[in-house]
Amino acid sequence: MQQSGCRVVRSCLLLRQGYRPKRKRCAKWHLTNNNSVSKKNHMLPKHLRRLEAESIEIMREVVAGFKNPVMLYSIGKDSSVMLHVAIKAFYPAKLPFPLLHVDTTWKFREMITFRDETAKRLGVELIVHVNKEGLERGINPIDSGSALHTRVMKTDALKQALDLYHFDAAFGGARRDEEKSRAKERIFSFRSAGHVWDPRNQRPELWNLFNTQLLQGETMRVFAMSNWTELDIWEYIMLEKIPVVPLYFAKQRPVVRRSGATIMVDDKRLRLQSNETPEMRMIRFRTLGCYPLSGAIDSDATTIEDIVAEMHTATVSERQGRLIDTDEAASMEKKKWEGYF
Amino acid sequence: MPSKATIDRVQAGKDQLQFITCGSVDDGKSTLIGRLLHDSKVIYEDQLAALARDSAKHGTTGNDVDFALLVDGLEAEREQGITIDVAYRFFTTLRRSFMVADTPGHEQYTRNMATGASNAQLAIILIDARKGVLVQTKRHSFICSLLGIRHVVLAVNKIDLVKYNKERFDRIVGDYMAFAAGLGFTSVVPIPISARYGDNVINQSDKTKWYQGPCLLDYLESIDIQSDVARQVFRFPVQWVNRPNLDFRGYAGSVASGSISAGDEIVVAASGRTTRVKRIVTQDGNLPRADAGDAVTITLEDEIDIGRGDLLARPNERPEVTDQFAAHLIWMDNDPLVAGRNYIFRIGTRTGVAGSITAIKHRIDVNTREHLAARKLSLNEIGFCNVATALPVAFDPYEVNRKTGSFIVIDRFTNRTVGAGMIAFPLRRATNIARQPLSVGKSERAALKNQKPCIIWFTGLSGAGKSTIANIVDQKLFAMSCHTILLDGDNMRHGLNRDLGFSEADRVENIRRVGEVAKLMADGGLIVICSFISPYRAERDMVRNLVAREEFIEIFVDTPLEECVRRDPKGLYSKAKSGKIKNFTGIDAPYEIPMRPEFHLRTMDQTPEQLAEAVIDVLKARAIVHGH
Ligand SMILES: Nc1nc2c(ncn2[C@@H]2O[C@H](COP(=O)(O)OP(=O)(O)OP(=O)(O)O)[C@@H](O)[C@H]2O)c(=O)[nH]1
Ligand SMILES: [Mg+2]
Repeated sequence: MQQSGCRVVRSCLLLRQGYRPKRKRCAKWHLTNNNSVSKKNHMLPKHLRRLEAESIEIMREVVAGFKNPVMLYSIGKDSSVMLHVAIKAFYPAKLPFPLLHVDTTWKFREMITFRDETAKRLGVELIVHVNKEGLERGINPIDSGSALHTRVMKTDALKQALDLYHFDAAFGGARRDEEKSRAKERIFSFRSAGHVWDPRNQRPELWNLFNTQLLQGETMRVFAMSNWTELDIWEYIMLEKIPVVPLYFAKQRPVVRRSGATIMVDDKRLRLQSNETPEMRMIRFRTLGCYPLSGAIDSDATTIEDIVAEMHTATVSERQGRLIDTDEAASMEKKKWEGYF
Repeated sequence: MPSKATIDRVQAGKDQLQFITCGSVDDGKSTLIGRLLHDSKVIYEDQLAALARDSAKHGTTGNDVDFALLVDGLEAEREQGITIDVAYRFFTTLRRSFMVADTPGHEQYTRNMATGASNAQLAIILIDARKGVLVQTKRHSFICSLLGIRHVVLAVNKIDLVKYNKERFDRIVGDYMAFAAGLGFTSVVPIPISARYGDNVINQSDKTKWYQGPCLLDYLESIDIQSDVARQVFRFPVQWVNRPNLDFRGYAGSVASGSISAGDEIVVAASGRTTRVKRIVTQDGNLPRADAGDAVTITLEDEIDIGRGDLLARPNERPEVTDQFAAHLIWMDNDPLVAGRNYIFRIGTRTGVAGSITAIKHRIDVNTREHLAARKLSLNEIGFCNVATALPVAFDPYEVNRKTGSFIVIDRFTNRTVGAGMIAFPLRRATNIARQPLSVGKSERAALKNQKPCIIWFTGLSGAGKSTIANIVDQKLFAMSCHTILLDGDNMRHGLNRDLGFSEADRVENIRRVGEVAKLMADGGLIVICSFISPYRAERDMVRNLVAREEFIEIFVDTPLEECVRRDPKGLYSKAKSGKIKNFTGIDAPYEIPMRPEFHLRTMDQTPEQLAEAVIDVLKARAIVHGH
């Protein structure tokens, strides 16, 4: 298939040259003629088939109901599944919206490589946005602290990008089982002008009759993977053979202990302290984010099957490794009020 | 090989039960879910540690952990110790996977309870053993029944606080059964539990030896829900037309019920056109058959006109198609439902349908299920209504099909979801009331009169000067040989509308009738001058939508309230202020100013003559009348 359909827009760089975003609607469709009768999908167990179908329905709803949707692509496992399902939802048409990666510039290097390869392999349009002001102010996760870094480089950056391209609906891969304020989210999560979430005033959401009506300036966050659990995600990745960032698999990697977490030394910017000497450990990640804020776990799981088996016996949650949620009580809810995904 | 075993275990799959917890405030719903999550071991160590910290800070259980805090995830909920919005949680046992919606008990948040209930197959209705059946228990039971939940677990909770007393349990069960008899539940299974201490939740309690039935989790794992889904007929709401290039046109959607195979004959419900299914397309290859729940893309043998919102069925199993139906409605907005007002409806994938509730047949008292007369439905009230839509829509009665028999109501201005409806039956077949075609049309009539027909709509406060200005405009047009008619609020209320008062519902009906009359007169080629306070935007827009865009000219007669009160030409303001008249616009009833009137007449510094002349200029500019 045509691989040239991929267009990577680095809006941070382009902006510096006074770039005014002019995003073309996907004009290029591609069609695969496949008349063979499927055997594959029937191998999916019914709980995964049901989840997949539900996500497809939500995605089609967005494309039918909004003018200018975008899919937030965070490179992690949930995004990988979301993208995989999205391609199924619109087959044989091409993905009718672009992907948006909000790049804090502190992601693992392997994530960025994987991101660009994925966009290329699937022939999808990818927009990369960096909060340039934040970068110029020198905001970073190590000196600024995780809270400020997250607000400026993730939340504010996301809002900038949504405004810049006038997206009226944005898909996110967040799941309700991740966190207790996420469990309170609607699938179509309404945001008033300024991207504000008011959890006490969410639209009732009955049956599958989503209310997609918006006034000027209002937007929708759409959580197409709401009802998947972490285990569902891995089981689906295993059965559908979806590529994921290699960091999810255990390998010998250089790490240090910092603030009670195992942090991988991904580049020099980590600035090792005198008492820190990197050691090689067999580790992997359950969630991926900015590398100085992502805690690794000790693990021998080198295959997807191992990961699924490990999941069945896990005793701590995937968020435990994230340094950004422990800032303060109810911190996720607070971030969500401010417009975090 | 462990990896093979892993794959096999995943492959086997599990079926899922979706249930809710509901009942009155503080009956222990969230605690029960927390307990189920905890005891089924889906809570991780770090989450347990957080729970212990939270319990110390917000807990309602002294030194013990407060399991409700596992579920009440919003800061406001934790501070107040109540549930405000639905939480969706997941847990899995060896036999089943569960998705549970924990709903709030407070009446104020009933719409969130309904949100949770709409997709549930089973409800756990909790009752505090000390308090017995309360109004809210009844409200929730009734909503569960309306929303089509057929299986209920009656969890008599806090049994520890009544010393595990059997008589108390029996009495509550007796009370509840008497109430629930008419609700159409297939099964009601009472279980005495203590959510806080875990009695009969996942294990049989030895403190309730008198109870022989299953513990809660055993029951949830074993209840048969599959056989409920009686073989339903095929329904496929078209969600999105997939047209990547000229060679492919597919209809994407999820099978709402039944199944369909390649080669089967189908009908498009609204148009009655029939054809056959050519292929059932997915990225994983074509399917021989699609079943309920499958998200697929269907291609058809013939090119027929189908779009988003169409409902596909088998020709011998057609749904209803009509523009009028009766339905139960749960009202979910702070602004009450007003019969006659226009709203937006969404039925299946058919979105943005204009329509109105033409009549509230009755309101239902949730406590007694009595039918009460009502002109409006307030927040959380339930009514049985007639609904009219601008286009015929396809549906099934909700009792027959939850997917194709439900709809939501959306406010046209705020876009809030204000109501949820369950269709009971069609009121008539739309096809029987085809319009009678007229041989002489509006344009011929207008040409004869050498003018453009239109509706000139004066709106503003009482005493703003609408009638005075409208009268002068009428005289001027008459002098210009235009064919006009003047409809005035007070005059209409002496005749056509003499049965109407000044409540919100009556004002809506008043304007609806005037609008229809004005439209007929405009159809007759006349320039129709209307002078009505018409305080609500929704109704002015309703009239606007009756005629072509350029035929409605809204003129906002803008006189400040203080000035109207000072003038008080009919002495009405002083009566209203002394309370002798109720619902007087500007005093104790609202006036919603026009957002984009065709003409904004500020009256303060000009004479009525000058103002009328300004209106005439507008008409000339719009080529309604010709200048000299
Ligand atoms: N002794 C005892 N206390 C209980 C039991 N179940 C719940 N409680 C207590 O009752 C109080 C209310 O419990 P919640 O679970 O918050 O009640 P709820 O029904 O979810 O309340 P809303 O969602 O706000 O309507 C808490 O203090 C619980 O600890 C029980 O079985 N026994
Ligand atoms: Mg609760």
